[in-house]
Amino acid sequence: MTAAVRSRRLAMPDPFRGMERKRREKLILIGVVILAVVYPLVFRALESAFPFVPWPGTSVLIICATFAILALGLNIVMGFAGLLDLGYVAFYAIGAYTTAFLASPHFGIHVSWWIVVVIAVAAAAGAGILLGAPTLKLRGDYLAIVTLGFGEIVRIVFRNLGDFTLALPAFLGGAVLIGPNANLTGGNVGINPIDPPTIPIPGPWGNEIVFSNQNATASFYLVAVLLAITFIVCTRLRDSKLGRAWMAIREDETAAAAMGINTVTTKLLAFSLGASFSGFAGAFTGAYQTAIFAESFNFAVSILVVVIIILGGIGSLRGVVIGAFAVQYVNQTLLRYLGENVINAPMHAFGEATGIALLRDFNLVNYNYLIFGIVLAIMMIRRPEGLFPVESARAELHGVGISSDTTSGTADELAVAEEFATEVTQADETQAGDPREDQR
Amino acid sequence: MTAAIGAPTAAASESGDLLIASGCTKRFGGLLAVSDIDFTIPRGGIVSLIGPNGAGKTTFFNMITGLYIPTEGSITFDGAELTGRKPHEVVRLGVARTFQNIRLFGNMTAEGNVLVGLHHRLKGRWYGAILRPPSIKREEAEAHARAMELLKLVDLDQRSQTLARNLPYGDQRRLEIARALATEPKLLLLDEPTAGMNPEETRRLTDFVRRLRDEFGLTVLLIEHDMKVVMGISDRVTVLDHGEKIAEGSPAEVRANIRVIEAYLGRGAAGAG
Repeated sequence: MTAAVRSRRLAMPDPFRGMERKRREKLILIGVVILAVVYPLVFRALESAFPFVPWPGTSVLIICATFAILALGLNIVMGFAGLLDLGYVAFYAIGAYTTAFLASPHFGIHVSWWIVVVIAVAAAAGAGILLGAPTLKLRGDYLAIVTLGFGEIVRIVFRNLGDFTLALPAFLGGAVLIGPNANLTGGNVGINPIDPPTIPIPGPWGNEIVFSNQNATASFYLVAVLLAITFIVCTRLRDSKLGRAWMAIREDETAAAAMGINTVTTKLLAFSLGASFSGFAGAFTGAYQTAIFAESFNFAVSILVVVIIILGGIGSLRGVVIGAFAVQYVNQTLLRYLGENVINAPMHAFGEATGIALLRDFNLVNYNYLIFGIVLAIMMIRRPEGLFPVESARAELHGVGISSDTTSGTADELAVAEEFATEVTQADETQAGDPREDQR
Repeated sequence: MTAAIGAPTAAASESGDLLIASGCTKRFGGLLAVSDIDFTIPRGGIVSLIGPNGAGKTTFFNMITGLYIPTEGSITFDGAELTGRKPHEVVRLGVARTFQNIRLFGNMTAEGNVLVGLHHRLKGRWYGAILRPPSIKREEAEAHARAMELLKLVDLDQRSQTLARNLPYGDQRRLEIARALATEPKLLLLDEPTAGMNPEETRRLTDFVRRLRDEFGLTVLLIEHDMKVVMGISDRVTVLDHGEKIAEGSPAEVRANIRVIEAYLGRGAAGAG
């Protein structure tokens, strides 16, 4: 898949050739906005006109956009500040549960989603600080282990608080403070229903627009706006003093401190701002699905988000958004389509013929993580900077000096640089040495 | 904030010592890296710290800049106690440094590196970064202009968008100085700034350091192995050996000092110019 994408990019004549880079990006942006507005409206028509194309449904695009928000948030922690976080799903869960607590019959509290989302974001950001504070001195693998544990703990706590008793010890009287068997989080069953976001605009749809899974089109527009907000905020953070401080810490923490950066607060800000977007996505997901349960916030979600940002290009905002749409499109639509139309039937026949039970009920969809794992392994070997990398990462991993000349250069020059990059990787592989040493 | 670095006019005209270290000792377990050093840097001076490898020069640097906390003794800078302050707090008081083995932010552009140096002078907070009100926009524009000025000062303005890691070695050395200057220091600590440079580059860097003192009123503390540089530029030279101060004085005095010749030059560790 990666090779195909690359060769197409190399071969395709650039329709915007010679155009100024900024203007070109503006046109692309306008194109994306138009596509986002029009697609949900024409999706049904497209599907009936071209039934053999695996069009992503609107609800699939909602998942894509939600994961794009998650990926942009994790990108702050991992891409900008360089802190490996494998428990990112925890903040997603915290955002979703905050929404569920404040806008459902579970506690009988019904706060408007537009207020709840702010509280959910704040709760996730606070949790980010809680995770960040004790782990400030940890790096790399050690940080990964702690964050992984955190993610699991949060999920299990939400599950177990469905049956919760808090009592004083017997020698203090044994008075029951909470419970007995209080249902705080719904346990395994979760919380259902949750109030979806609404806007009181009357129309043919009724008295108000409801952004729930009953109305995927409206919900898609809402999540698209949330994604746009996230994207703009991330862009601004990246180009700010804070963004530079994050990257300085990623590059060399000691030197960053020696330049006057308070590494403690800067890292905490990375954790809490990164987490806040996860809370943002969680608040949307909970309200849109109108139901949540603890087991859906499992480790696989964290891993999927990591896969997305590595595949898309770590540190690259555009890359992680495209990565999110690509991965979730494959996950939700393409694998099912390929399975149902191409692979499953012959596998079943082969299974029947040979008596291999595993193949008799083969379903490609069940092999999604295997496929992502293989793709990720191939990416790590062939194109570790991701599909749409930031220029510095490409330089880091392939020794291509991207100077001011190339950044303002034409697409052809970039394509040549890319081709060169591939050759260098291959050379590096054969030498099996540290690519950094081979560069100069 | 336009042309000047630090607070030059005041610093240059005032007399007295900018930095006073008294009884500074640093132990790493059983190893005595720096032992009971008294040391002063006069305002507007260029002071060199020399000594054989492992003499404790860089350890002393690290104590000034807050990377190490002295086991005993204290360091005051411009009237403020430095001992126990964190590295970023020391920078804010006006002490900037370069590193012996260049420590640039490799995957950031030359301009980006200098902008990081400007970090603590910028007032914007995280919400300012998100909302980006006019004041922040102005501050950012000024910071970019200032970064370009500093790059021009070290003759790197043509390469502002090059990644630091892709710069030639000599350029990296100068970029590191520009980044340190961006913090608007009163005292600049240079750890072997001419290491690995050819004679022409060394000469230009020496002139540049002198210019920083003369034009911008900076005080400079230099760790240097090149005796030509040390003898040519320093107002005063302090010699360390095995963590102890064995000599101090003008370059001529130090050069004539028997203990220095024994401990340093006598071993053939370096040629005396």
